[in-house]
Amino acid sequence: MNSALLVNIFRFIMLLAIQIVIFNNMNFLGYISPFPYILYIILYPVNSNRSGLIISSFLLGLTMDMFCNSGGIHATACVILAYYRPYIFKFSFGLSYEYQTIKLNESLTPERFSFILVSVLLHHIILFILEAFQFKFIWDILLRTLFSTIFTIIISIIIIYLIKPNKR
Amino acid sequence: MQQIFNFIIRNSNRLLFLLLLGISLALTIQSHSYHRSKVISSANFLSGGVYERINHVNEYLNLRTENDELVLENARLKSLLFNKEDTTKLPLPDSVKGVKPADIIVSKVIHNSYNRHENYITLNSGANEGIKPDMGVINSLGIIGVVDNTSPRYSTVVSILNMKSQINAKIKKSNHFGSLTWDGKSTGFVQLEDVPRLASIKKGDTIVTGGQSVIFPEGINIGTVDKIYIKNKTSYYVINVKLFNDMTNLGHVYIIKSKDRDELINLEKKEKDE
Repeated sequence: MNSALLVNIFRFIMLLAIQIVIFNNMNFLGYISPFPYILYIILYPVNSNRSGLIISSFLLGLTMDMFCNSGGIHATACVILAYYRPYIFKFSFGLSYEYQTIKLNESLTPERFSFILVSVLLHHIILFILEAFQFKFIWDILLRTLFSTIFTIIISIIIIYLIKPNKR
Repeated sequence: MQQIFNFIIRNSNRLLFLLLLGISLALTIQSHSYHRSKVISSANFLSGGVYERINHVNEYLNLRTENDELVLENARLKSLLFNKEDTTKLPLPDSVKGVKPADIIVSKVIHNSYNRHENYITLNSGANEGIKPDMGVINSLGIIGVVDNTSPRYSTVVSILNMKSQINAKIKKSNHFGSLTWDGKSTGFVQLEDVPRLASIKKGDTIVTGGQSVIFPEGINIGTVDKIYIKNKTSYYVINVKLFNDMTNLGHVYIIKSKDRDELINLEKKEKDE
């Protein structure tokens, strides 16, 4: 229990740090920027405290907003993703997901991939809609969402493989 | 009473979610609708400090371009010094030309965003150095933006690449005024709107700041005319301005501290009250 909490706090800080130091400075073609910091929400233990996840996601998003000068768009997207995470689990793994011990950082099955895809897509579309805040940018929003999603997923999978615990 | 408690306990996650969603949406809408009063900005102790550390590393990678710029500016200043104008000419009273005596504060960009619709820049000096909101920020090539928020040691700047920014500007040779905005598309171009169609403009003309606001003194470079078109149904030109500055690569900047600023603002306020 305690070690899980420590792992989560460590993940929270590390993901924020690499997001701010490295990935916030990446702009491919001027509008493609990855947001792998949401791995914190994706990798949060399945059966852990749900309100803890929602509060910590809010803090995660708020910190990002502070560093990006963006009002509350990251906080909104993160809170929505955190709240709807169980539904995405149900969508990807079927009804009985609660009784399985799902560990996302094991080998990449189609279910795990679809879970990551839907989560990232949900987060990014909310993020970019709130960022533009105007309907005349609808193509811009969709384009940014599409490319950033692809990019975030690639980087997230690389990170998951890098932090995979050693097999004993 | 029992039922209310039961309801709250049963739906605690949903209520928590709605509460946090409400807070974050309020922050979002607030940041989009008002020009100022951002609650959450990077001009604070934590993010300012982090960005300063990151910038220390990045600076070494940009030493070459920074040096080139300094050499160019030195050359320009030297040429000004050597080709000084005739000093026997009578000095015009400065209120006529709209030039105000201005102080300059040197500062450094520690964070710069340019890939969103509302972009902000963070500087590593703040209220301690005398920076206040609504001061103009320039560098050797042209204008950068207007100070938005300050903390004791850091400040944020509304970049000209921000759809909320509006800066008074004019065509250098003909004195026709317009307001400078950004359409959120390209980082190399901004738009000069509301220029009357009487104005004779051609491609390549220089756009400079107008002297109508207290933020910037008159005649600071902005860019050159790239494309001219007419907004439908109005009798005004919209001009695509190619910036002198590369907004994606900023180093040292100057903050203009107009001495007459407080006096002018007070005067205008008084007039409004009456």
